[in-house]
Amino acid sequence: MSGVRVLVGTRKGAFVLTSDGKREKWDVAGPHFGGWELYHVKGSPADPSRLYASQCSGWFGQMIQRSNDGGRTWEPVGNKFAYEGPTGTHQWYDGTARPWEFKRVWHLEPSLNDPDTVFAGIEDAALFRSTDGGQNWQELPGLRGHGSGPSWQPGAGGMCLHTILLDPKNPARMFIAISAAGAFRSDDSGASWKPINRGLNSLYIPNPTAEVGHCVHRIAMHRSRPNVLFMQKHWDVLRTDDAGENWREVSGNLPTDFGFVVDVHAHEPETIYVIPIKSDSEHFPPDGKLRVYRSRSGGNEWEALTNGLPQENCYVNILRDAMSVDSLEPCGVYFGTTGGQVYASSSAGDSWKPIVRDLPAVLSVEVQTLQ
Amino acid sequence: MIRVVLPQHLRTIAKVEGEVRLQIDGAVTQRAVLDALEAAYPTLRGTIRDHVTQQRRAFLRFFACSEDLSHESPDAGLPDAVVSGAEPFYIIGAIAGG
Repeated sequence: MSGVRVLVGTRKGAFVLTSDGKREKWDVAGPHFGGWELYHVKGSPADPSRLYASQCSGWFGQMIQRSNDGGRTWEPVGNKFAYEGPTGTHQWYDGTARPWEFKRVWHLEPSLNDPDTVFAGIEDAALFRSTDGGQNWQELPGLRGHGSGPSWQPGAGGMCLHTILLDPKNPARMFIAISAAGAFRSDDSGASWKPINRGLNSLYIPNPTAEVGHCVHRIAMHRSRPNVLFMQKHWDVLRTDDAGENWREVSGNLPTDFGFVVDVHAHEPETIYVIPIKSDSEHFPPDGKLRVYRSRSGGNEWEALTNGLPQENCYVNILRDAMSVDSLEPCGVYFGTTGGQVYASSSAGDSWKPIVRDLPAVLSVEVQTLQ
Repeated sequence: MIRVVLPQHLRTIAKVEGEVRLQIDGAVTQRAVLDALEAAYPTLRGTIRDHVTQQRRAFLRFFACSEDLSHESPDAGLPDAVVSGAEPFYIIGAIAGG
C-alpha cells in the first residue's frame, strides 16, 4: 500500500503528516523541536526512513537533526559549519564589504543514491557537504571562491543559499541558487562553478542583466529532463532548456509575476505551478485570493486554481521552500502558508483542502511518496 | 562539583533534567566550565558559544551569585561559592523575541 509523508518545517517546530495513498485522512505528529525554527526537513531518496532537519534559534544557533525512522525519533548530529580558507568579504546592504559569517542552514539536499551524503545551503551563502550522515561538514569552497563572490549581497531575508538541485542523469552536475547573487551550475561535482543568469532581467539592480546579483527565489526541475529548469525570480518566472545557459521569461498571463515557489508536476514535465504574490512590499496574494497558477505548456499560459482555496480576505505568504509534489497518480501538490495551513491537492491542483491548519508559520514543505 | 543550570532548550538537547554537575580540575573559569560542559555533552557544542570564534552567543547570559558575569573575561575565576558548589553557574536565555 502506498502512502505519503509530508515534512513541514515551521517557525516553532517540525511536523510530520502521514496518509495512505488515498490522501484523504491525515495524521499529524509534532511539534518536534518545539520553539525552534525549522527551516527545512527533507528525506533521503535512497532511504526514505532517513530524514535530515535544519533546526535553529536566535538564542542557541544551529542544530542538525537526523532521523532513521521516518521522523518518529531524532538525534542531533554535527552543527559545525566552518568556511574553508580565508573568509573574504561580500557586499553588505549599504555596499560596504562585510566578512562572511555563518548564520543558519536554509536547505538540506540529501544525495540521490547515498543516505549518508547530504548537501547544506547556508547563510551567508555557501555550500557544504557531509558524507557521514551529517556528523561532519565540509565546505565546497569553489562556489564562494568564485571570482564574483565579493560582489554578492544579501536579499531582504539574508544572503542565503536556498536551492540545491542534483542532476539525476549526470552525477557531476548540480545547480544552486542564492539570494541575491543568482543561479550557479557545477559540472565537476561542486569543485568549480559558473553563474548561469543570462536572460535574467532585474530592473532593481544597477545593471539589470549583470552576470550576478539577481534575487532568484527558487528553481525547480523534473527529474526526467534535468536540462530544463523553471525559476521564480524576485519578479518574473523563467525557464531554461539548456541547463541554465539561457533563460527566457514565461510569466505570460500571471496576475503578478512576483512570488517565491515554483514546482513541477511529477509525471508531466511541462506542467508547472507557481503562487503569485502581489509584490515585494506586499507579501500576500493579489486581491486577498489564494490562487495557485498552473501552466500545462511549460509557462506563458497559466490557469488559476481556486477550488478549495480561500478567495477572500486571505493575506498569507508562501515561502520559497514551501511547495512540493508527490509521485502518486494523480499527482499530489502541497504547499504551506505563513498562516499555518498546509493545503494539498490529490488531483494535480484541480481541487484543494487544508490537511492541517493553525500551525506556526510554515517555512518548508517536502513530500515523500512511500511504497 | 561545579553546578550548572541550563535553559530548558539546552537541557532537551543534552538530554538532562535539572542541574548538571561537572568535575573541574584546576582553575574554575567560564572557559573551563564550558569546556567541561561541552566535553560531557558534545551536542551542546556550538549552542552556547560559536564553534569558530568561541564567542558567547549574543542572546545568552552567564549569571552566578546574583551577578551578571557575561562580560567578564572567559579566563577570570568564578566566585568562590560557584567553585565550592554552594551556588550554581547559570546559563540563561535572554528575554527577547516572541
